[in-house]
Order: sequence, then C-alpha cells, then structure tokens
Amino acid sequence: MTANSARTAGVQSIPELLARNVAAFGDKAAYREKEFGIWQSWTWSEVSDEIEALALGFLTLGVNEGDHIAIIGRNRPYLYWSFVAAQMVGAVPVPLYQDAAAEELAYVLDHCDARFVIAQDQEQIDKVHEVQDQLPGIEHMVYLDPRGMRKYDHSALTQYQTLQEQGRAKGDRAELNSRREKPNYDNTCVMLYTSGTTGKPKGVILSNRNIIETAKASSEFDHLNKNEEILAYLPMAWVGDFIFSIGQAFWTGFCVNCPESPTTMHSDLREIGPTYYFAPPRVFETQLTDVMIRMEDAGKFKKWLFHHFMAHAKKVGPDLLDGKSVGAGDKLKYMLGEALVYGPLKNTLGFSRVRVGYTAGEAIGPEIFDFYRSLGINLKQLYGQTEASVFITQQPDGQVRSDTVGVPSPGVELKIAENGEVFYRSPGVFVRYFKNDESTASTKDEDGWVATGDAGFIEEGSGHLRIIDRAKDVGKMADGSLFAPKYVENKLKFFPNVLEAVVFGGGKDYCTAFLNIDLTAVGNWAERNNIAYSSYQELAGHPEVLATMQSHVEEVNASVAQDPMLSGCQVHRFVVLHKQLDADDGELTRTLKVRRRIIEDKFADILGALYDGSSEISTETEVTYEDGRKGSIKATLAVRDAAVSANQKVAAE
Amino acid sequence: MNDLTGGNYTTEDGRKIGNTMMEMKNITLRFGGVVAIKDISFDINEGEIRAIIGPNGAGKSSMLNVISGFYNPQEGEVWFHGKKRAPMRPYQVARQGIARTFQNIALFEGMSVLDNVMTGRLTQMKSGMLSQMIWKGKAEKEETENREVVEKIIDFLEIQAIRKTPVGRLPYGLKKRVELARAMAAEPKLLLLDEPMAGMNVEEKEDMSRFILSMNDEFGTTIALIEHDMGVVMDLSDRVVVMDYGKKIGDGTPDDVRNNQEVIDAYLGVAHD
Repeated sequence: MTANSARTAGVQSIPELLARNVAAFGDKAAYREKEFGIWQSWTWSEVSDEIEALALGFLTLGVNEGDHIAIIGRNRPYLYWSFVAAQMVGAVPVPLYQDAAAEELAYVLDHCDARFVIAQDQEQIDKVHEVQDQLPGIEHMVYLDPRGMRKYDHSALTQYQTLQEQGRAKGDRAELNSRREKPNYDNTCVMLYTSGTTGKPKGVILSNRNIIETAKASSEFDHLNKNEEILAYLPMAWVGDFIFSIGQAFWTGFCVNCPESPTTMHSDLREIGPTYYFAPPRVFETQLTDVMIRMEDAGKFKKWLFHHFMAHAKKVGPDLLDGKSVGAGDKLKYMLGEALVYGPLKNTLGFSRVRVGYTAGEAIGPEIFDFYRSLGINLKQLYGQTEASVFITQQPDGQVRSDTVGVPSPGVELKIAENGEVFYRSPGVFVRYFKNDESTASTKDEDGWVATGDAGFIEEGSGHLRIIDRAKDVGKMADGSLFAPKYVENKLKFFPNVLEAVVFGGGKDYCTAFLNIDLTAVGNWAERNNIAYSSYQELAGHPEVLATMQSHVEEVNASVAQDPMLSGCQVHRFVVLHKQLDADDGELTRTLKVRRRIIEDKFADILGALYDGSSEISTETEVTYEDGRKGSIKATLAVRDAAVSANQKVAAE
Repeated sequence: MNDLTGGNYTTEDGRKIGNTMMEMKNITLRFGGVVAIKDISFDINEGEIRAIIGPNGAGKSSMLNVISGFYNPQEGEVWFHGKKRAPMRPYQVARQGIARTFQNIALFEGMSVLDNVMTGRLTQMKSGMLSQMIWKGKAEKEETENREVVEKIIDFLEIQAIRKTPVGRLPYGLKKRVELARAMAAEPKLLLLDEPMAGMNVEEKEDMSRFILSMNDEFGTTIALIEHDMGVVMDLSDRVVVMDYGKKIGDGTPDDVRNNQEVIDAYLGVAHD
C-alpha cells in the first residue's frame, strides 16, 4: 500500500482510491452484508486485502490487461470487489443483468469478448453453460456460492475463495504492483450495457475520468461524507448502482450495505436505515400502495389519526422541508404528527435517517412524490443516462418539484436543439460505444455534445429542465396535432390501480391505450368488495375493474384536455391486457422501461381492434416463464370506449 | 436387476454410497386384525436417497413409522448401524440421528419460523432448566451456537424473508419447507420425509427436489421418502421400494421398478379373471 500513497494527490483510478481510503480510514466499515441473520462487515483495510487476493488470483488465471471480465449476480460485496480486482490487474469489468435469460446473456458475453466470467451461483453458471458453444471466447469461470457446484467439471471453473487462496499463495505480487500503477484518467474504468429500449444493448465505455469526476461532483453537490449508509439493491449492471455503490462509495468512503436476499430487502432497509437512498418511482409507488392497503385494514381511530395528520403534513410538510416559514401553530401540530404518525411511519418504511433520497428513470406521480416529501423525507429527482455516468440534471435541496428534473449537475452544460431534443456535455460523457462507431458518431459530436433522445425545455425563471417525452416517441397525429405518449402514460400510471400504460396514436386519428392492472392494489380492492377471482387474467377482465379503469382514463382525458397543445392525446379507446408486460417476454427492458415497437408488433391484433371499432378481440399470446420455457395464454378482451373531454380549441369556436 | 443391497456402489452421477445403515428384516405390523405390513425386508445405505412408493393404503406411512420407532412391529427386526434395535421411545430414536417430517404439517402455528426451527435443536441442548431460566453461561452460549446452525439451514432453504413470520400465516408450500428446516436442524444421519411434495405446484416441487438433492449432496444426509409423484420419485431416488396391500412387490433402481410387471399392475390396475 505504501508504494501507492505517493500518488493519492491526483487519484486516477478506483484501486488508487481504495489505497487512499485504507490510509485515511482503514478501520471504518466499507461493506456490509446480512448473512446467516447477522450483518457481516468488512473495513476498508479488509476490503483491500480481499480485493488484492482476488486480483492475484486473476493473475494466476492469466488475465491480461484489457481483457473483459463479465460479472453476473445480485448485489454482494464479493462481486463489488471483483470489479476493483479486475481494474487492479488492468482488466475491464462488465456487469450483466442477473435475471437475463441465457440468450440475452449470450449476446452481451459475445459482444464484449469476455474471456472470464464471475458468477454468483449455480443458476448463473448453468445459464452460461447453456450457451457456451456460441461463446468460444470464454476461458474460465469463477463462482461465488458453492452450493450444488461440487459435481461440476472444475477444469475451467474455480470457486471465488479458492481463487483468492490460489492468488495469495502463488500470485505474482510484483506483476500486480506494476499493473496497478499504470491506469490513468483516460483508461477504461468499466463497460456497462444499456438496457436497449429500442434495439440491441450497446456497450458504453466509461473512463476513470468519467467515473471519478462524476462521483466527486455529485458527492459534493449533496455533501455526502464517509458516514453515509446506503443499501445496494438495484441491479449491478445498471450505471446508477455502479456510481453509488462503487464510484461515490470509494470517493467518499461511505458504507455499502447488501441485503440478505432479494426478498428481505424491506426488512434489511429498516435495519440499516440508510442516510442516502435511491429508488425508481415504481419502488416508491409500491411502498405507498402497501401503506395505504394496511391503513385500510387499521381500526377507525388509527385511520382517522393517519388521515388527519397526513392532510396536515401535505399542507406544511414540503414547506418545512424547503426551509420556508410556517406558522407556529402549524409547526407545533407537525411536531405532534411527527411523534404520532410520521416518525413511526418513516421507521416502518426504513426512511428514518434518509438525508438525501433520489428517484429517477421515469416520471414520478406528484401525489406519490408529495407524500414522501410531506413526511419530511428529502426526496429529489434527477435525470441521467448511462452515457453521462448518470448525472445530467438534479434538484438542489430547497428547489424540489415533482414536474422538473432539476438544474444541470455540477460540470454539466445543457443545450436544447431546435426540435426540442436535449443535449449535454460533461466530464462524465462516455468515451464511446464498444464496437459500434456508427452509434457513437450519431450520439456524440466532435465537440462532446451528447444527444439524450429526450425532448424537453428549460423552464424560464427557475432554470430547471423539464422533460416532455422521448424525442423518438413524440410524433404527430393524422390531423397534425402533437402526440406525446409518455405524457399521457405517466398520468395514467399515477393511479395506484394502473401498473403500466402504453399509449398509441402516432399518425392515427385518435389515441388508444393498453393498460396493465396493479395486482396488489386491484387484488386488495377485490378482496374488500368480495369479488372472487382465480387468476390475473380473470381479475383484469372483470367488468367492475374495467369500469374503474375507464373512470381513470376519463379522468386523465379531462386533465389532458386542459393543455391545448396536447388535447389531441386523449385516449378514445382502451384495452386492459390479460397479462402483465414483462421483461422476460421482451416487452420491457431489464430496467422495466416499455419497449414500444415490440409491444406494437406482438399485440398487433389487439391494436387493430382498437382502431376497427370492434367491441372485443380474441387473442393468443406467447409467454416466457422465468426458467426460459414458453407457453401461451388465450383471452377474449373487451375493448372499451372512454369519454373524451371537449377540445378547448373546439369549445372556443 | 442390479443388486445394490449391501451398499458400497457409485451412482450414475458419481455419488459414493456407503455401507448399509438400516436394515428391515421380515417386518410384520398388525393393528388388531388388520395387517398393515406383511413380512417386508429391505435396507437403506449410507448416503442414499431411498423412496417408498405404492398406492393409497399400501402401508407406506406405517413403514416410515416403523423406521422412526413410532410403531413397534409384532414380528421382524430393525437393524441400525449393524446393531439390532430394541423397541424405543421416539426421543431415543431422535438421539440416534433420525429425524422426520409429517404428511400433515405438524408445526407450532403460533410460533415464528425461527422458533420452530430452533425446536429441532432440542436434542442438542444440554443445559438444565435452571440455567436456561437464569440465562447465563452455558445456556446463553448454547443458544448462540444452536442459532448459528439454524441460520445456516435458513440460508440453505432460502427462507430468510420469513424468519420472524408466525408459521400460521405462511402458505402451504412454505410450511412444508419450514418443516424440512426443523428436521434438518437436528442434523440427522437419516431423514424421513413423508410426502414432501404433496399438494405442491410444479414450481414448489422443483424447489423441494432441489433442496432434497443438495441436502443429500452437501451434508451427506441419507434420505428415505414417501412420495406419490412418480416423476419426482424416479428423478430423485437411487433405489425404490414398492409396496402394495402391505407387501413388497418391487425393490431396485428406478429403471428396474419402472419395468417391473407387478408394479405396473399395481399402479395401472389389472383385469381380474
């Protein structure tokens, strides 16, 4: 370690940050994981030893500089360390989505020329084995969890800890020391694959400069320090997790906590009580739905208490959070509410200690956003992309609103093109797409400006960016009026009963929509109203459910009609789908974004029925189960007409 | 027919099977005038997964109860680890390293999953009632050690998320898994499973099969199971005993049994002249 401390002044790589952290606060907890019912913890010094042993192990496997090492698994400290161990020997870590099917993995593993794979368990190893004949480049695999692996042929397979022992015993320390000195700001730090909303995933190369500069700027923006606690539960292949759990964690030295299993996430959250928290809107929505359902089951007095104080929180909570002045009586009542309702509720949600919380990826419903803010949780929005190393804009404390995504992050320049598309330039801008110069050229110009693919504008006065929609999705309807599907979809999704919505209408006479019910919310409603159902499909097709959905659509229509520019986007006809849109079926990306074109093709018959005036449509849909097997479901769906509010323009005539 | 009695063979997937662990010699069990088991002999080898199958009322559960020492057969002998077993009480059987699960779940519904599994450690607890009450020294240390074993089992069976949930609130499939966890907590040499997959859906059956296989593989636990689902039995077990009307009508590898005419008749029915 001492050999490196001389260079800490101008840190140029993650392994150097590791050395800096060991020197500065080696005894402080760096990673924790709940295992066997106890939070196991590792200090920065211990982490450094583990990473070094693994790096030495990589050398014994013959890892060369520039090799790609694929990492597949859920958030576990050992897997995070393998990122840094790879960087230490000059290799490039490439994390993959662990719930991807074998074929999806095959594409990325092949595209990135991975020579080595680090997998969490038997399931992941099996998936790679399944497609290994297509992947001659893979030489050796390492697995973490030994369960069920004893009988496998170990000629090209090693257990993680065995590899570390092998490294400690036989690894070439001199070679490791010379390799870890080499990386500079321009070397690749990590390669992350985009989720592929519109096509095949692209490999985004991010340099040490991208990651370290971004981690530094964003940590300073929110005054993050080494005492923060975060819970790492979002996919490791997603850029956000890399920035939070490695970039910012190594920059500030805070502690990354890994849940015991994906199913224990909520109780682990409560036990850790993170101070810095990130979740996509869907997580916040689910939590709010759960709270509301539980309140429905509570006694009368508790219910009254909850609604009474939540109404008060809604009135003054956000202002208190933003530091605006509030009357003394209101303040006192809020304090009482904190003791009786807000405090215990935050504790149940695991948000008691949250100092900075972010949501991004999709628009969040204003009611949902305000609910958390009124409780005194500093929830903010940010807007980012893999290509930007996450941060493009974010909301500063005290300037938080649900309809904007904030001001440019430190070091980021923004410009809006004539067609409304948002462009940015920053130290975080990616180097290039791997093996795809064509896409690189069409996304990033010579001056470093990157096209986001989103249409938006900068609000006058506040300087906040507002995103309207994906530029590609914004179109014209047959009569030439503006078509912005996302705008309408978001409004629909704000209803707890609506899980997903897809709006169509580009080039057509009127707009139509596919809806997915939220099984938790609608299921609970059904139970409460003694409505029996035996399957998702049956519940989704229940006449009363359809009527509720129709009322939601009509409410949205009324709200859309308020905006003269977008009033053409009212939903005239809709269908409640018989299956939930799913990433396993390719209808959503692994980060749960809608893949519009694929849905259009797959449900072409239903879409046809929305435009040919028929009142129902029989259809058969292929579904893919989690283990890759396929089946099909048949259904007859009702096509419903929704009332449309009068266009204001028409009304004026 | 391959003769695998006496043990010491290697399975197709490369597991080494040891000596004979338990031997049933000419067992006959009667309830009053009803003969539940008629002169049955078979053995269980160390490290084996041994299945007992047969139509309803064939005497499978009775057989399991004989193995577990709950029933004492009127005739015949049970040999365990090379010694003839005298009639004994169930707790004595448990101390010998035999644990079981039940066809109808027998858990403490009001207690948490963790507490239920902890009860499986009972035979391992040595501190007296007084020291348990004072909660000092040995009792405290013992609890920690036992909790560690239990947590490893919870991790193994992937039930971390329900650790603190009262068993009564769990769905059927999970209750079955908790019962397996409790049996495992006794760290048995021989584990008896009475219809571990009854009433489960395909996914739950797959999970349960995976747990049974890896338990056998990782801890070397010998397993004797009763099961109705033929697919499961044929995939899981090394050797199968087939019973019908209290008699043994077949014994051998799944392939042997599948081609045994008597077994086919028992399962598919046969025309009586």
